[in-house]
Amino acid sequence: MMNIARSADFELADVTIAADFLSVRHGLQHLFNQDPLADLSEESRDHSEIVLAEVLNNIVEHAYCGADGQIKISVTCQCGFLDIRIIDGGRPMPDLKLPSGELCPMFDGQDPPEGGFGWFLIRSLTQDLHYQRVQDQNILQFRLAR
Amino acid sequence: MELHAEKFDDVLIIRAVQDRIDAACAIRFKDKMREMTQSDAKRVILDMSQIAFIDSSGLGAIVAVMKAIGPGRKLELSGLTHTVQKVFRLTRMDTIFQIHERLPVGLAKAG
Repeated sequence: MMNIARSADFELADVTIAADFLSVRHGLQHLFNQDPLADLSEESRDHSEIVLAEVLNNIVEHAYCGADGQIKISVTCQCGFLDIRIIDGGRPMPDLKLPSGELCPMFDGQDPPEGGFGWFLIRSLTQDLHYQRVQDQNILQFRLAR
Repeated sequence: MELHAEKFDDVLIIRAVQDRIDAACAIRFKDKMREMTQSDAKRVILDMSQIAFIDSSGLGAIVAVMKAIGPGRKLELSGLTHTVQKVFRLTRMDTIFQIHERLPVGLAKAG
């Protein structure tokens, strides 16, 4: 399920997807085939897709916990940046705080971690990351270099 | 999740024949990899040259497979595309796998 609204004047993309992993995959594929994400440099595209995938999958897994729901993604482009806002109606972040996203201390090569990469990647690749809980909704905003 | 396997002496080549390893298929990927690596091959090389995108679930699944088939055997990776390389490098997982630019000579026709 996907609803899309676009305005070429402001290089804006609004996409609403269902909160499941397949919809995340298809939503990303759709977003990256339209402006303003379609014409990013290779590096910006890599970073944007990595970050969006992690944020959206986290919402499916931890905010909605497998329950039905929707996720709204808004992308605007200005001054060489992409400003992204993602809204969901799932459970709030624990303590209303974003995870610290630290990669586990350097492992010895024998027992590498199988998880905990998501927020590390998000924090590594975004700027101005900001989370709010407003009227039963999670609002996450961040900026990506274009 | 489509994976094709071919064995060359003691090397098992598994080619991932799709463009993503993401949260939507990570569990199936892990299960299928475990099933396919139940052989006596000393080396397992996962050809990722068709994988254009991987997320942290896919990365975690690859690490889990590496642990599952070890410690006597290694999981090696081949043909990482641009985005996939970036995810491995950022998370430092590029330091724990042997990563080939392409399939070793003589094994390139596998799949």
